[in-house]
Amino acid sequence: MTTYTLTEGHKFRGALNDFLYLVPSGGIFAIDPLSSAILDELNCGPLSREQLIGGVSQKTSRLPLEVAECVEELCQVRAIRDAAVTFIDKPEPFPEHFPLQTLVMNVTNQCNLSCQYCYEFGEDKIATPEGKKKFMDVATAKASVDYLFAQSEGRKSVHITFFGGETLMNFPLLRHVVEYSNEQAARKNIKIDFSLTTNATLLTPHIIDFLAENRVGVTVSIDGPKEMNDSFRVFSNGRGSYDIMEPKVRELLARHHTRPIAARVTMTSGAMDVFKIYRHLKNDLGFHEVGFAPVTTSPDRLYSINEPGMHSVFAQFGELAQEYMQFALRGELHGFSNVSDTLAELHQGVNKSHPCGAGLGLLGVGPSGDIAPCHRFVDSDEHVLGNVTTGIDKKKQTAFLDRGNIGAKYACHTCWARPLCAGGCHHEAFVRYGDTGHPNLHYCDWIRGWTNTCLEIYGVLAEKNPSFLDYFAERKAS
Amino acid sequence: MNHLRAINKKARRIEQHVVKTASEGDIVALQQGGPAPKPHVPMGCSLVFYPGWEVDSAGGTAGLCQPVERDLFDCYVTCFWPAHVPDHLNNSPDWTSKCATGTKDWRNIDIVFP
Repeated sequence: MTTYTLTEGHKFRGALNDFLYLVPSGGIFAIDPLSSAILDELNCGPLSREQLIGGVSQKTSRLPLEVAECVEELCQVRAIRDAAVTFIDKPEPFPEHFPLQTLVMNVTNQCNLSCQYCYEFGEDKIATPEGKKKFMDVATAKASVDYLFAQSEGRKSVHITFFGGETLMNFPLLRHVVEYSNEQAARKNIKIDFSLTTNATLLTPHIIDFLAENRVGVTVSIDGPKEMNDSFRVFSNGRGSYDIMEPKVRELLARHHTRPIAARVTMTSGAMDVFKIYRHLKNDLGFHEVGFAPVTTSPDRLYSINEPGMHSVFAQFGELAQEYMQFALRGELHGFSNVSDTLAELHQGVNKSHPCGAGLGLLGVGPSGDIAPCHRFVDSDEHVLGNVTTGIDKKKQTAFLDRGNIGAKYACHTCWARPLCAGGCHHEAFVRYGDTGHPNLHYCDWIRGWTNTCLEIYGVLAEKNPSFLDYFAERKAS
Repeated sequence: MNHLRAINKKARRIEQHVVKTASEGDIVALQQGGPAPKPHVPMGCSLVFYPGWEVDSAGGTAGLCQPVERDLFDCYVTCFWPAHVPDHLNNSPDWTSKCATGTKDWRNIDIVFP
């Protein structure tokens, strides 16, 4: 006699329906009350076919034949399984050649601000820039672009992100790279686009016009209204940066219309009022999108957010996400990009082997041309993977990727949120645990809570305004 | 499917897979049940008498796999089973020459030592 048991799944409610998020596939199904009753029946443990069908049939007053049909369907999508059968989903081996998609170019490691929490210069920094170039030169930049094109064979489009330090401290090089890359891309018939992250303090009308003309996407690091932004985003003399950047941000938003302009907020003990930050950046300043991320830090720093603080932030995230949903039900775009990002991944049903593309489809390049898994590891001797002139050290790359693979993160193997999270940021893990492959256990509850929030929103939208989800139809990385 | 409705892209792919395999009759584990087995008439092996002949390296049959031990001759003549039989083309062209009918003459087949 067959015995049935639940597989990994996460049931949630959206609008008037029950839904099931399947792990590890990432599939989302709307389930009818009968399916729901079967899953509930199995919640207490495995049951024989007779017990399961008999029990559910009695409770729901449905014919055993009907229950059996439903059991069969749940088996087919692997929502439940025969207890005697174990599905072993072996992680697929890395493809021999994984074409590069994105290159993050740290055009300088110098910055005109001295934000206390900065992962490049702050107390938890891992960079070892001593004796290395401070600004990328033209030859290295060209070599980097050539490297991107050489390594992205088969891609129809590639992407360059400019990063720093403060990116605009090396604007002449940035302009050079954009022009050179456009030439190369046209010659190879490949689409290329650009983005940059900046603290906005060095923006000029001339620079803004260049960014707009070349469709360079801009992300501004800003932590909210003056009092919050200036808690930690300061110049080296301790003076806050808000008053300098605010007029420039307004100018940027007024002149640059070819790409959406985003604000990126680092949440710290000094910037935790999500609503106030969001309202200011979205409504007062006029950013298209606002994305939030808690600061990467050791737990005991002045700027780190403590446990109660994280609870409060999470509660506010939930409320703002509800506001997002109300907008989406009316077919309007809300600017809380954390929700958009998660919905996009849920819509695709991603099932990640790695938390992000670092070391695989995305690489960081430092001013010296050294290759790192991503911009956060640039200039760190411990994490260098190669150089744009000599290529990548495959062994080091494989070692990095093997560490970061979800298959190696045993703590994650029983977590239903792992298809999206995959253990979390490699850099965050290194700062917290000294190991890029360590699961970010300090965020587990948070990630599960957030994924559930977004699943519920996804469920509601799927029922009430499915056309809104077409917005996420295209995969980000294509 | 009557009780589940695919919502996201991955679920739609799962649904397509289920529909496709249901129509094709994919390979499933025995424990999984699946569709009722259809009548199956084996060729040779269990219907007719064909004894086994080959020996293992110790001169016995303990080291041989089951089909070889039981039905070697039939595997060699009619069946698809890839049994280890003496090479009939180059090294042992005559090893069955004294065995016209398996059931009667099986004792006449030579033992071949590789």
